[in-house]
Amino acid sequence: MSEPKRGFWQRLRAGLARSSSALKATIGSIVRRRRLDQALLDELEEALILADLGVEVAQELVEGLRRERFGREVSEEEVRTLLATHIARILEPVAQPLPERPQHRPRTILVAGVNGVGKTTTIGKLAAAMRRQGKRVILAACDTFRAAAVEQLAIWGERSGCPVVTGAAGADPAGLAYEALQRARREGYDELLIDTAGRLQNRRELMEELAKIVRVLRKLDPSAPQDVLLVLDATTGQNAHSQMTIFREMVDVTGLVVTKLDGTAKGGVVVALARRFGLPVHAIGVGEDIEDLRPFDPEAFARALLGLEETVF
Amino acid sequence: MFENLTTRLGNLFDRLRRRGALTEADVDAALREIRVALLEADVALPVVRDFVQSVRERAVGHEVVRSVTPGQMVVKIVHDRLVELLGGAHAELRLGSPPAVVLMVGLQGSGKTTTTAKLARFVQQKLRRRVLVASLDVRRPAAREQLATLARQAEVASLPILEGEDALLIARRALDAARRGGFDVLFLDTAGRLHVDEELMAELVAVRDLARPAEILLVADALTGQDAVNVARTFDERVGITGIVLTRLDGDARGGAALSMRAVTGKPIKFVGVGEKLEALQPFHPERMAARILDMGDVVSLVEKAAEVVDREQAEKMARKLAKGRFDLSDLKSQLEQMRRMGGMGGILAQLPGMGKIRQQLAEAKLDEKMIIRQCAIIDSMTPEERRHPEIIHASRKRRIARGSGTTVQDVNRLLKQHRQLQDMLKRVQKAGGLKGLLGRGLPPGLLPR
Repeated sequence: MSEPKRGFWQRLRAGLARSSSALKATIGSIVRRRRLDQALLDELEEALILADLGVEVAQELVEGLRRERFGREVSEEEVRTLLATHIARILEPVAQPLPERPQHRPRTILVAGVNGVGKTTTIGKLAAAMRRQGKRVILAACDTFRAAAVEQLAIWGERSGCPVVTGAAGADPAGLAYEALQRARREGYDELLIDTAGRLQNRRELMEELAKIVRVLRKLDPSAPQDVLLVLDATTGQNAHSQMTIFREMVDVTGLVVTKLDGTAKGGVVVALARRFGLPVHAIGVGEDIEDLRPFDPEAFARALLGLEETVF
Repeated sequence: MFENLTTRLGNLFDRLRRRGALTEADVDAALREIRVALLEADVALPVVRDFVQSVRERAVGHEVVRSVTPGQMVVKIVHDRLVELLGGAHAELRLGSPPAVVLMVGLQGSGKTTTTAKLARFVQQKLRRRVLVASLDVRRPAAREQLATLARQAEVASLPILEGEDALLIARRALDAARRGGFDVLFLDTAGRLHVDEELMAELVAVRDLARPAEILLVADALTGQDAVNVARTFDERVGITGIVLTRLDGDARGGAALSMRAVTGKPIKFVGVGEKLEALQPFHPERMAARILDMGDVVSLVEKAAEVVDREQAEKMARKLAKGRFDLSDLKSQLEQMRRMGGMGGILAQLPGMGKIRQQLAEAKLDEKMIIRQCAIIDSMTPEERRHPEIIHASRKRRIARGSGTTVQDVNRLLKQHRQLQDMLKRVQKAGGLKGLLGRGLPPGLLPR
């Protein structure tokens, strides 16, 4: 080894202590007022990577900057605003609220995602929002695997005033979904929200189980589920690409909900996903309260990502 | 979209090889590839930067430039350095005098509650200590019920749930119950919190000061991106963690967060979560993690996984047959079936080193589960005699087999050809002395369906 181990750790920690989570500090330290040269572009690219935009999109954005401003004097504010504009442009086409589908009664929404991303919480918030619009909403607790998942959804049901269809622990989720759709039709609900167990996308048998839920629902209503939401944790890194690819392949995801966007600016991988897949981002989760589901605002998101605004809401 | 490092460097050095010795500029080019590979594995940028620098110092010297296979050499240096940085031997849990408190902290959804139950089970069953668990999470609906249910499944005691208590009150009651009940270890599961949530972090500090834990474990998600450094640093600065448990390593994330968190906190990764079941907890192995981050595959894990899936007796029978150089179609079928159980070709290949190129070929060839099923059907349509002696299968037998399995004669031919090639390959393996010799060469071209 070229140097003692401790020396490396100390250096590393000292280096990290200077860097900060938001791009704000990073870009701020890079760009005071200086010429936009290759070194600066490299640093900007790294700053974007730090926000989880991924290497590809980071390079693309920096390339854009180069074309527009190379060799010129730039200020911090200017660079950040420019990047925010580019990012917002990527995001604009995907910022679409969850569509209303009055022609479908009930409209079925299947909510899927990996473990711990906030599926149940998202359903609770979504149900509350729909209730506020005066809709009749019913929930289906098809996460029959995780301990107390049903209880968790039941509490959200109580808070939002929606009945919850439940089954025994370990019951077949597809059968339960079928039952829920039957009941929703019989009793004339407007919206059926189906909660599913978290599953890692590379677990083939679990993904098959999810696909089965869709197949079974279609026996009752060939157009169901009208919407399939993939819930994505904003702290997720490049694995989001894999999640998106496989979930879409298995259950035809129609839109995204990005959760845990409270606090620090993060969620840059959403930009990369928008670039690559172009699927709508319907809403973002910004906290644990029942109202904490907001529409996705590309401009605010981009500005928050670049530290131009403190929060995304 | 994501090539693995071995492929990247392989391509780079293939181009360079004809020129003989590598220059410093070549090494720089390699380091750029390494940088991108690490970033795509979600290793945090500051960590990547220092890492690449330390690799450069080693690589530019002489090791690489004089090496015959510079690509392999660079990968080896990177891998070794990664292992070093990820930490040496497995770090044990430090449980002091009873009741030793283990405080579990982390972001929402990182897997704290499940991990608490897994660890509690591990400590009680493997370390033979009496364990009590208690959830201080009064925020997430039904969080305490979740831990109670999991504790029941793990057969460890859990603190009865009382309504209307705050985290501190529950902690006090749990400590009391642990002392009175003569428990050796008390696990305190806490509410998930964002590292920027001042109020909740203060609550965590209060719990820590009350409970004086022997271990404070940060439970973190292997899917985490660049933010991992901030999470780890903040929890470490505010609460002072003693170790890390990395969850969801059964996913396909490369898990660069492991390196980031180890690097910023200097605290060891003590365990990894590899599934939803309570026994899906393993000690942390730096070499495996390094290989995974570099997408070099994980031979050890694969072997272990295979050992679980493969019937031992059957495996021994197979080994004896292979030693004699015999591998008939029945053997091929049981191999195919094991493949399916292990998660299909993709699952297996993801764990084998140097498989980048082959995996691409397979993806292009669309070799999937369905194909394995079809091949099994073909073999099922053969007589025992045919399975033992495939050389007797001629035209009319082929037609019959194709009809019986709902395939075509071409499919049957393809299977027979594959079998012949596998046999050849096995002979080569025996000559080359094991799996390594084989993987250097990759799959024979004909093994892939057109």
